[in-house]
Amino acid sequence: MEYFLQQVINGLQVGFVYALIALGYTMVYGVVRLINFAHGDVFMVGAFIGLYAIEKFHLPLFAVFLLATLGCAALAIVVERVAYRPLRQAPRIASLITAIGVSLFLEYFTSLHQVFGPNYYSFPRPFAVSSWESGDLSLTNIQAIIFLVTLCCLVLLQFIVHRTRMGRAMRAVSFDPVTAGLMGVDVNLVISITFGIGAALAGVGGVLYGIAYPQVNTFMGVMPGLKAFTAAVLGGIGSIPGAVLGALIMGQSETLTSAYLSSTYRDGIAFVILIGVLLLRPTGIFGTAKTEKV
Amino acid sequence: MKASLSLVKALAPLAAATAAGYALDASGIANPYWLQVFELACITAISALGLNVIYGFTGLFSLGHAAFYGIGAYAAALALKSFGGESQPAFLCALLAGGAAAALVAWLVGVSTLRLTSDYLGIATLGFGIIMKVIFDNADSFIPRLGGARGMTGITKMTTLPWAVVSLGGSFLVIRNLIQSSYGRALVSIREDEVAAGAMGIDTFRYKTAGFVVGCAFAGLAGGLYAHLYAFLHPSNFDFFKSVDVLVIVVLGGLGNMSGTLVASFGWVFLLEALRVILPPEYIEFRWVLIPVLLIVTMLVRPQGLFGLREFRFLREGAGR
Repeated sequence: MEYFLQQVINGLQVGFVYALIALGYTMVYGVVRLINFAHGDVFMVGAFIGLYAIEKFHLPLFAVFLLATLGCAALAIVVERVAYRPLRQAPRIASLITAIGVSLFLEYFTSLHQVFGPNYYSFPRPFAVSSWESGDLSLTNIQAIIFLVTLCCLVLLQFIVHRTRMGRAMRAVSFDPVTAGLMGVDVNLVISITFGIGAALAGVGGVLYGIAYPQVNTFMGVMPGLKAFTAAVLGGIGSIPGAVLGALIMGQSETLTSAYLSSTYRDGIAFVILIGVLLLRPTGIFGTAKTEKV
Repeated sequence: MKASLSLVKALAPLAAATAAGYALDASGIANPYWLQVFELACITAISALGLNVIYGFTGLFSLGHAAFYGIGAYAAALALKSFGGESQPAFLCALLAGGAAAALVAWLVGVSTLRLTSDYLGIATLGFGIIMKVIFDNADSFIPRLGGARGMTGITKMTTLPWAVVSLGGSFLVIRNLIQSSYGRALVSIREDEVAAGAMGIDTFRYKTAGFVVGCAFAGLAGGLYAHLYAFLHPSNFDFFKSVDVLVIVVLGGLGNMSGTLVASFGWVFLLEALRVILPPEYIEFRWVLIPVLLIVTMLVRPQGLFGLREFRFLREGAGR
């Protein structure tokens, strides 16, 4: 039983990181209906910014998070402006393909020797690792930081989306971009900000991931990106609580499969759950079914 | 009489291409390396044509095409290794077995997931692709011959230029005729408006499943050819990125455009290889920096795909009639 609980705690650690990535997917999908494949790579850039901020500039943890957040937000806003905005009126698949292009570009461009480099780099621990024990259960300070930071981000996000003017504009654009524009909402600005906020969360996730699994590589964003997107779909894409719930399910399924079955089946089980959920609820757990009008 | 004439018209270029292929093969003029790249391009085009039936013509968003390609590859390789020998008819049977295996799995997947729409279907097929990759990785624990994560070896090299060209030509013929038949019309009408198609009396679910199965069967056929081209299979040849490759080809060529798929397949495969040769060795890692940039620029300039709605003459409506 205690082994199980310990695995659940470890699963929460993965799940919370996935949640930070999944939020960006779900928000962007909410406003522009685009699977932003490059989002996982923005997460990777966040981890590398964290790496440099700690190793080269010895910044305090707070500044590291701030830098990663700003860097990722800026990157995502530029990507949106250059690669997605010109295609907003084109068929949706065109921007999906450019998203794949941006994703490949970020992965391979940053793996050049002149940029981040192609190797695995160890992520420096900004603080000594300690843990609180209770019986056979243990909670490391890394896990505590991940839980705390993620929860703060969630509260902040919930505040922005539901309590600010910009949040209301985001919800309006998500509901109906054309009408929102007619009502005086600056749709382009809202979309930029949405990309920025999503990427900022991914940046925080990248730094946390680096602290928890201290090895980074320019392709590290691919699998977490796919899983976080899956998590967003699982929870019902466009729904913020859904993304978090989906990410926690993904995290648990992954950790428990590794613990009780075999880590080689880890990636498979998560997607079996996804397909199972979609068959029962075709729009995800919190998704609302849209009836098609003729 | 007319029908036989159209068959002759369709088969003549194929026969010519095959003869040219044999001549090239035998004369040794063509560089064997580039010949192999050409064969790979043919195989990729078959697989991409399959995805074009699924996504381009029927409008079903699939992100797991490489899984069916992989199923075909493993099934064909296993079939030939287990029962085959090295005769040409046995190879043909193995290829058909690969296509059939992919079709069977596609039917199972289709029946269960095709009630999902657009992006949800894409994610379900993506999930299926990742599950299949995990299964390929662990395949040696239930069928040791499949090799699992170590890769499958001991496959006979059977795919030759004529095999590749004839398969490609045959696939074109079948898919062109399918799309221009009333069944194909039904598929296209589902892409255009599923509700309206249903109102016109088309059993949309049945047709969607059929379109999906047919497209995946071609992926399976291509997989079988691929397995016997390189004589080595590894699960990483069938991962998510390979699904993306085919999707990129289909979209670049233009959705629902067979000429575009053909040109984009050859363009994509040859571009990847050509950059290896053109770029100086110290810049070789720029290959995958240039390709995405080209991809993005192409999409920005021609979001409808390179060909849009135009088709080559032999693929046009009423061609060969």
